[in-house]
Amino acid sequence: MDTWVKDMRKLNDIVDYCQTLYDDLNFTAARDWKAAKPGRHVIGYMPTYVPREIIHAAGMLPLGVLGGGDNLEVIHGDAYYQSYICRIPRSTIELAVTKRLNFVDGMLFPSTCDVIRNLSGIWKLLYPDVYSRYFDVPQNFTSAVGGTYYVQELRELAEGLEGISGTKITDEALNRSIDLYNKNRRLVNDVYNVRQVTPWKALSWEVYLLMRAGMVLPVEEHSQLMTDYLAAVQAEDRPKRDNCRVIVQGSFCEQPPLNLVKSIELAGCYIVDDDYMLVNRWLQDEVPTDGNPMENLADAFLNYSGETACKYVPEREDKGKFLIDAVRERRAEGVIFAAPSFCDPALLDRPMLSGALARENIPHISFKYAENSGQMQPIREQAGTFADTIKLWGEA
Amino acid sequence: MKTFIGIDLGSTTTKALILDEDLEMLGKGITNSRSNYATAAAVAKEEALTGARLELFRRGLGGELSSSAAETLMTDLELAIRLEQFLDQLEDLRKTCATQIAPGQDGVLEALDEIFRQIKTEAPDMFTRDARRKSDFFRDIAGSRVMQIGEAVAKQAGIAYDTLINLYDKSIIEVENRPPTSDMAQMFLRAIDRLTTAGSELGLDQSTARTVMQAALDIELEEASQVGTGYGRVTLPFPKDNIRSEILCHGLGAHMMYAGTRTVLDIGGQDTKSIQVDGEGIVENFQMNDRCAAGCGRYLGYIADEMNMGLHELGPLALKASKAVRINSTCTVFAGAELRDRLALGEKREDILGGLHRAIILRAMSIVSRSGGITDEFTFTGGVANNQAAVKELKALVKENYGDVTINIDPASIYTGALGAAAFARRALDS
Amino acid sequence: MSNQTQITTPAASQEVIKDASMLKQKAMIADNYDKLTRAKELGLKVASTYVPGNLNELIMCFDMLNNLPEINAIQNGMRKKSGGMIMDAEKMGHSEDVCTYVKADIGNMAKGSIAPNGKPMPVPDLLLLSYTGCFTFLKWFELLRDQYGCETAMLHVPYTGDGIITDNMRDYVVKQLKEVLIPTLERVSGVKFDIDRLREYLRQSAKAEDDLVWVLKSAKNTPSPIDAYFGGVFYIGPIFTAFRGTPDAVEYYQLLRGEIEQRIAARMGPVTPDGDLGEEKYRLVVEGPPNWTSFREFWKMFYEEGAVVVASTYTKVGGVYDYDGFRHDPDNPLESLAEYCLGCYTNRNLPTRVDMIEQYLEDYQADGLLVNSIKSCNSFSAGQLMIMRTIEERTGKPAAFIETDLVDPRYFSPANVKNRLESYFQMIEQKRRAGGSARAA
Repeated sequence: MDTWVKDMRKLNDIVDYCQTLYDDLNFTAARDWKAAKPGRHVIGYMPTYVPREIIHAAGMLPLGVLGGGDNLEVIHGDAYYQSYICRIPRSTIELAVTKRLNFVDGMLFPSTCDVIRNLSGIWKLLYPDVYSRYFDVPQNFTSAVGGTYYVQELRELAEGLEGISGTKITDEALNRSIDLYNKNRRLVNDVYNVRQVTPWKALSWEVYLLMRAGMVLPVEEHSQLMTDYLAAVQAEDRPKRDNCRVIVQGSFCEQPPLNLVKSIELAGCYIVDDDYMLVNRWLQDEVPTDGNPMENLADAFLNYSGETACKYVPEREDKGKFLIDAVRERRAEGVIFAAPSFCDPALLDRPMLSGALARENIPHISFKYAENSGQMQPIREQAGTFADTIKLWGEA
Repeated sequence: MKTFIGIDLGSTTTKALILDEDLEMLGKGITNSRSNYATAAAVAKEEALTGARLELFRRGLGGELSSSAAETLMTDLELAIRLEQFLDQLEDLRKTCATQIAPGQDGVLEALDEIFRQIKTEAPDMFTRDARRKSDFFRDIAGSRVMQIGEAVAKQAGIAYDTLINLYDKSIIEVENRPPTSDMAQMFLRAIDRLTTAGSELGLDQSTARTVMQAALDIELEEASQVGTGYGRVTLPFPKDNIRSEILCHGLGAHMMYAGTRTVLDIGGQDTKSIQVDGEGIVENFQMNDRCAAGCGRYLGYIADEMNMGLHELGPLALKASKAVRINSTCTVFAGAELRDRLALGEKREDILGGLHRAIILRAMSIVSRSGGITDEFTFTGGVANNQAAVKELKALVKENYGDVTINIDPASIYTGALGAAAFARRALDS
Repeated sequence: MSNQTQITTPAASQEVIKDASMLKQKAMIADNYDKLTRAKELGLKVASTYVPGNLNELIMCFDMLNNLPEINAIQNGMRKKSGGMIMDAEKMGHSEDVCTYVKADIGNMAKGSIAPNGKPMPVPDLLLLSYTGCFTFLKWFELLRDQYGCETAMLHVPYTGDGIITDNMRDYVVKQLKEVLIPTLERVSGVKFDIDRLREYLRQSAKAEDDLVWVLKSAKNTPSPIDAYFGGVFYIGPIFTAFRGTPDAVEYYQLLRGEIEQRIAARMGPVTPDGDLGEEKYRLVVEGPPNWTSFREFWKMFYEEGAVVVASTYTKVGGVYDYDGFRHDPDNPLESLAEYCLGCYTNRNLPTRVDMIEQYLEDYQADGLLVNSIKSCNSFSAGQLMIMRTIEERTGKPAAFIETDLVDPRYFSPANVKNRLESYFQMIEQKRRAGGSARAA
């Protein structure tokens, strides 16, 4: 597996490889990783955030499970959910009951919303012998209260994983993992920064696939892949279009079909920031690699993690600030709220964020999608009109 | 003799079915549900009673004819009776139209008479064994003929076509909702005469046929009990004990058709249901589509409209698909949009239709899964069971998900609910 | 939940005598709305909070009034006003996909937040965001804070994902009570916290809770003297809202208990809007909240068929007192408040919910489980099909599934619901006959 990394330099090869990983609903790469050495374990996790460092330190592969996309026919998954519930839990169940996740040794369900929360219970009922955990993060952000609670939650998670592997997670191992993920996050941010500066070079659907690869590859390989991509993309000579610059917001859990990402770009909008796969860059700064690693991870969460609808904003005046800062920093001209249908967090949050944007005169539109949305025409039309409007405003 | 009647008031069609004391079927009838369930029930029941007389006639034949000859005779006789009924209703329609003519509309009556004369002349050809009718409902047959012939007649007579069509439009509902008035016995004998004088190779002379028919007509059919079911069942003027949910009736009906049935899937106009039954036809579990009618029969109706095709043409075209197109939305609201999107992308109509049929069946399979899946014989009923493209997808998906299980599909599966209801009526006699 | 008069007065006969407990509850609710709408003039501060994780005793320690937006939404639902409010909120940009309690509340705000007594509600002095068992709560109060601009205090109650309350969870909640909530309440109210006052209130709570549990368990009788779902929503009223910890609540449950004792002695069935239920034909356990906009029509579909709900999970949403015997404990005041929050029904994991329902089916000798799946409420609804499937497998008893909504009239389709209910009742009947245990006539 390591040989291709060294040889791979061409942009197309990198993107094709990421596409293969993306299309593979059997998670062959993760299966291969597990089969390569006896005693290896794979831990699945759902959006939006889990501390993958701890899984890595346990010698395990964290595997991002983000539903089934638009190529999975869902039969049994639909038997578990009413029509007014989003699609990610049903396609995730379809993956499970069709044995596509049968190599996964444990599943983590973060505190994203009640649907993902209750999916943790379905898992317990369906697979009582498989380790699964509802992974809660604090909504109180003082270290004495939320921090103390969270450190203990992290310890319980670590103990759970130790129960699977039979070996203790040492502070040294965890600090090493933190270091690797620090490096990974730096690279993720580099990719985002390159896209921000030259969005015509680092196309959003490519960046998307590159980030998706981080869901299934070991962190070391993903970092190498990003290093290669950064080198390759700088060398690319791609035409700059007269596109406007937008931030996509609301897609932090159920993922849009790749066609949607492409459609936004084709319709005249460069995506200069997004909230896809936030786990890749949830922690906004380096986590110290010495001292007590659990406390360091907790501090990072409390003090410099990202923001999304799943996280409480303690002060009224701070609501929407994170997004507005991103608009300024990324020099975006508008915001596209693209939320999955029936996504409680994103859709409940939207009126507040759009209110905040309106107060700052930042243009925004919104539409809904499902991971298997088939019609792109309405989205192309809306995004296209949005781009045209922004250009008109910009010139006025 | 004692008879037991089941009436199934569906959202699209109303069905009636009559059983004898030994649970043998005597007759069945179907009509469009209209906006008036009471009339629909009366019409369907009348047709079932007609069928019952025919069945008694067949039984009365005893050993007179070989079974194949009897079969031929029965087919011809049924067509002859349909023709008689058609002619009766046609005459009713003519008279009704005539009363609607406003004073001073010269030549309209003559034109009308000419239209009906022509339809009457061609009518016998419409009810032959080889004739193809798009529909068996009077409204559909008469309507299409009036439109077509009317156009030529109007042109010839120099009358506005709209005038004639307006007369038809004003009259058809009235006629359709009027139960047949003519004497059934006379009509049967007329049909016998029509057949025997036509001198076909019946192997039965006129007087024998008349005698057997008279005997069949003389049997008193006592309505021992009747049970109503289906979406419109609450509108039936039956006592509460004579109303059964369509779930129970479908379960029992499927069991009577195929005793080994354990799972029934019914895809109707507005709902899809999956029912698990035990060895006696008793319902153990059921699931229906949720409040949204996505993926039901009606969805195909929308698609047909959207593609400007007849509902019955969808399946055959879909079977010609050469490539799998994935359609993700079974929402009737979005169906049109997704369809147009696909067409715009250059996908072929048959391939898209293939994908649409798969999408419907996928959704139905989810409901089956929700009700507990398939463990043994599986019976597929409802209007969509007559759509071969849907059946093909269903068979493939059942095999994929549940392995080799027996799949039963009866061409008359639309009567499953009515059959179950009639069986409940029979059971009531014992309890 | 206050308008029993409206509900228990049948259109046909005026001969339904209101029980003393009903009159008592009605007076309590009217009095509370009176106080809320006169808060300014009375010099009282108002806290808004939720039914699950409702810290009424604590709020009372600061002489504050308790206003519950879910209850206001229910009130507006029953008065058929919620539909317009929801549509107003949707016009303001709220998604059609999200919780209709929230939209009814926001739509109501836009109309001046009129209380059921016709007077405007005051702007709350504090939004006490007890984030218990429902994700939407978090967003709901962020939305209200955005509108009101008032102070908001978050109490994060962790979900019991593994089915147990860990020390870490309890400590976290207690610490938030001590370090966040109590100081905030002191500051907003100007009243110093007195733990002995809290103990006294909790003592009252436990008394009322004992009687509530007795009432709920009375449904084990055959025939059941109560309907534990449609009737149950009235019985839980005082404990779930602004009265837990008050002598009024204690008195209410004593009255109620006395009335039900009489019904048991007389072998009477439950009270329905059309008078006493006749023959008890079906005994059901119901999972999920009721529909409020067609509450009476919905209830009628049950009692017309002789169906009685003998146990329900919705009546545990503001606290589970029967299943594992939780009581508020004056000796461990803050810990018991924490455990109360952690133990609310929707804060329990799915396997626990299944166990609870299974036990109800057995203890209350029910014929089967009916799930009323609510579009608004993913906390309840996501996973209900799994719950149903597991219950069917474990008990062999038939289950059925219907779908409605809380306060959005667009999502209550009477023909659809009735069709399924009838099919379900007939299925139970048929199975009974086949099984030879013909209990019903």
